[in-house]
Amino acid sequence: MRVAVLRFPGTNCELDTHHAFTQLGADVEIVWHNEQKLPEAIDLVVLAGGFSYGDYLRSGAIARFSPIMKAVVEYANEGNCVLGICNGFQILTEIGLLPGALKRNNNLHFISKFQTIKVIHNDNKFLSQCSTQEILNVPIAHADGNYYINPEQLDEIESNGQVLLRYCDSDGEPLAINGSLNAIAGVCNKNKNVFGLMPHPERAMEAILGSMDGKKMLEGFMN
Amino acid sequence: MENLDKVLKSHKLSHEDYAHILEILGREPNLVEIGIFSAMWSEHCSYKSSKKYLNGFPTTAPWVIQGPGENAGVIDIGGGMAAVFKMESHNHPSFIEPFQGAATGVGGILRDIFTMGARPVANLNALRFGDVYGNETINRYQRHLVRGVVDGIGSYGNCMGVPTIGGEISFDSSYNGNILVNAFSLGICKSDEIFLGVAKGIGNPVIYVGSKTGRDGLGGAVMSSDSFTQESKSLRPTVQVGDPFTEKLLLEACLELFQTDHVVGIQDMGAAGLTSSSFEMAGKTGAGLKMDLDKVPAREEGMTPYEFMLSESQERMLICAKIGSEDAVIAIFQKWGLDAAVIGEVTDTGRMELYWHGQKCADMPIAPVSEEAPILDRPTAKPAYIDQIKDKTIDSYDTIDNQEAFEKMVSSLEVVDKSWVYQQYDSMVQTNTIKAPGSLDASVIRIKENGKALAMSSDCNPRYCYIDPHKGAALAVMESGRNVAMSGARPLAITDCLNFGNPQNPEVMWQFAHSCEGIKEACTKLNTPVVSGNVSLYNETDGTSVYPTPAIVMVGLNDSQESVLQSQLTQEGNELLLVGATKGEFGGSLYIKANFGETAGAIGAIDYDAELALWEFVIQANQKALLECAKDVSMGGIAIALAKLCATSNKGVDAQIELSERRYIFDESQSRAIVEVTSQNKEAVIAMAKALGLEIVTLGTIGGDRLKLNDIEMPLTQLQAIYFDTFAQMIEQDL
Repeated sequence: MRVAVLRFPGTNCELDTHHAFTQLGADVEIVWHNEQKLPEAIDLVVLAGGFSYGDYLRSGAIARFSPIMKAVVEYANEGNCVLGICNGFQILTEIGLLPGALKRNNNLHFISKFQTIKVIHNDNKFLSQCSTQEILNVPIAHADGNYYINPEQLDEIESNGQVLLRYCDSDGEPLAINGSLNAIAGVCNKNKNVFGLMPHPERAMEAILGSMDGKKMLEGFMN
Repeated sequence: MENLDKVLKSHKLSHEDYAHILEILGREPNLVEIGIFSAMWSEHCSYKSSKKYLNGFPTTAPWVIQGPGENAGVIDIGGGMAAVFKMESHNHPSFIEPFQGAATGVGGILRDIFTMGARPVANLNALRFGDVYGNETINRYQRHLVRGVVDGIGSYGNCMGVPTIGGEISFDSSYNGNILVNAFSLGICKSDEIFLGVAKGIGNPVIYVGSKTGRDGLGGAVMSSDSFTQESKSLRPTVQVGDPFTEKLLLEACLELFQTDHVVGIQDMGAAGLTSSSFEMAGKTGAGLKMDLDKVPAREEGMTPYEFMLSESQERMLICAKIGSEDAVIAIFQKWGLDAAVIGEVTDTGRMELYWHGQKCADMPIAPVSEEAPILDRPTAKPAYIDQIKDKTIDSYDTIDNQEAFEKMVSSLEVVDKSWVYQQYDSMVQTNTIKAPGSLDASVIRIKENGKALAMSSDCNPRYCYIDPHKGAALAVMESGRNVAMSGARPLAITDCLNFGNPQNPEVMWQFAHSCEGIKEACTKLNTPVVSGNVSLYNETDGTSVYPTPAIVMVGLNDSQESVLQSQLTQEGNELLLVGATKGEFGGSLYIKANFGETAGAIGAIDYDAELALWEFVIQANQKALLECAKDVSMGGIAIALAKLCATSNKGVDAQIELSERRYIFDESQSRAIVEVTSQNKEAVIAMAKALGLEIVTLGTIGGDRLKLNDIEMPLTQLQAIYFDTFAQMIEQDL
């Protein structure tokens, strides 16, 4: 298993993501945004969390123009797996590999905490090790995680099984944590090879850090 | 010089200073030189009022690698790794412009850490605000300041990818005109790869890196060396504007540079910008520097040498590199999209020679400017108020029910959960956070590189410091150490941030002198040296000074990241034990403040041996896995400690304790803790405490749907509603 983790100026979770996939036994390489090509023979590209370009214009809006992104689009269009976590999710929506957009949280604050999320569909590589309706406890840390999409497209992604994760309370009921439509926390594309989520599975890999649920999620890519 | 009086006044220099300047230069200074003297001799840079008292702090121990005098202190944490840490104030800027003031405070302390070669891995902050209760202009303004400061801290730290893992926040009317914003950062590096702020080696290049220089923050160091008046809002342009994205690039570029062999020394440009960084780097080695100010990257046209030397533009560093490495150094910064320019070189003259398009615009001997700053022996006088309040006890006030007192105290903003604050801070980035904000007592991160864990806690009870500056400062050291010990870590060293009023007021100087003595005494007795620190004076507005507020951060080490002790109740049926003696201490207590609105009384004798025994007890019992949780007993006494445990653990407690007076459930005697034990371990734990000479009694049992303690009682649902909702309701009421 070979994983490429992208580093844009301002990315700040690339080392955490590197650490997480290394723990899972993957061979991980960090790739600078100015590269034109992805490394050879990789099995997964991860766009890690952080503040690419400081999020100064709009989260992910500048990073999508980085040279490496052209290669990422080609890689995804060939049917390969791409995962965007937090800022990575924002970049994937900005470049159009994932549907929808992420707006400022409706309370206007950055929100950092452990949050329960529910697995909606597991018929995809990412969540293949989780059960549907399973409740996971994973950290969130974002200011722009308020998922929005127009009504027709919302129906479409819901009926296509593209909504993978919802924020929920401890009983599994959907929770309006940041204003996301249908409490959406993570989605995939129609082909189910490009994934994006606001929660940080790479922060929930060890019992001493409070949860191992993220490990279960990322292990999906290892099979 | 024309208008000499006016020039000196605007630079806060006296005629005596001017005579000294004439003597140092052997001629009249020009304006650039006046500006440099003014910055270097400001209170902020020279510590002229405080130096006398800071000398004599204990600063050495076998584990101390670098004590005060560098950008930050360094301690050995085993496995070839070191922890680099410091705390700094950004009080004046934050009062004038809360978002940018607080944000650049975080930016400044982060630079101090990564300048030393360490990657910052944890931030804390200690915040003091005025009266947020009420609907007067001042109350609304204070709430605005809380919101702005928290937003500013979050925006900078989050963008940098450094977790903010804890802190403290308190409120008192003495901060109405001067809030305190103290930011702490800790970084990790290899213990043999520490970089210092030095310039040496004749001919070595001096390289400027980071953001371009603008006119922001001009004279900031001089501004913060003065007290406030109503007109201070006009000082807004002296507050710097932060750019955390650029600082993140600067961090990564510097860490990449440190992997090479090119660096001789590096210094961040903080207060007094290029002036203090260049004088400090050369001052430490006795070298000279020659710099061409026209080569400094500028944000705007038409800037003068004076402005280049005194700008406090953020996110800049000065590097002394090895000759011949210029292109390699510049290439690293260019990769990260940052400016880098060779602006000068090291000489053997011992002088600072500044040029502007080839013409010399300043020429000063470095040593006298950086070392002959006036050291003042300001008059001190015992504050009159101390004798008026010292004899007050709880019997000086009306008698009230314990239940009524408890309800007032538990809803105090100082007690309730601060998730409204800490949820705006990314507390888990870097995947090391074991004990997060809100989990009571110390914050803890694991160290991936050596398998150990570092605990840290920021503490200061300004009420104690007001009624007794000496003991209050000592108690701050003790409490921060106690919090660290509660996690099973051994307290090793402190950094301090000494926030006081106007040093020209003899009563304030007395408070300062006595607080320093308290820190010296406590750090000596507890064997936790001071490795770094900061002094912030002139926290005064219209003649009112803040309470003496020596904020202390203790850092401690746990040899195993797997054995970090938490401060939450774990299991119904387990028993709680109270360790330590309850003596009837109410001086400066929450009981008197919350119920009667006063800060009064005296502080009893300090027993350092009992404190050390308590630390030893928790550390040893935890190593033997005999404890399920530990929490110190401090503000609000046993009752408030239990309330916090119940609320955060979502568990009830049934407790009963025999005390010589019914109100002693709120007593604030030091050196006490509550520990949770299983029935199997109880006898062993009691025996261990007794062997260390500690008093230990059974306090109660975990379980049920309420907190019960002697004559007070509250359902868990009500307690949690108060504990988790009060802060947001108070701070957001204007929105």
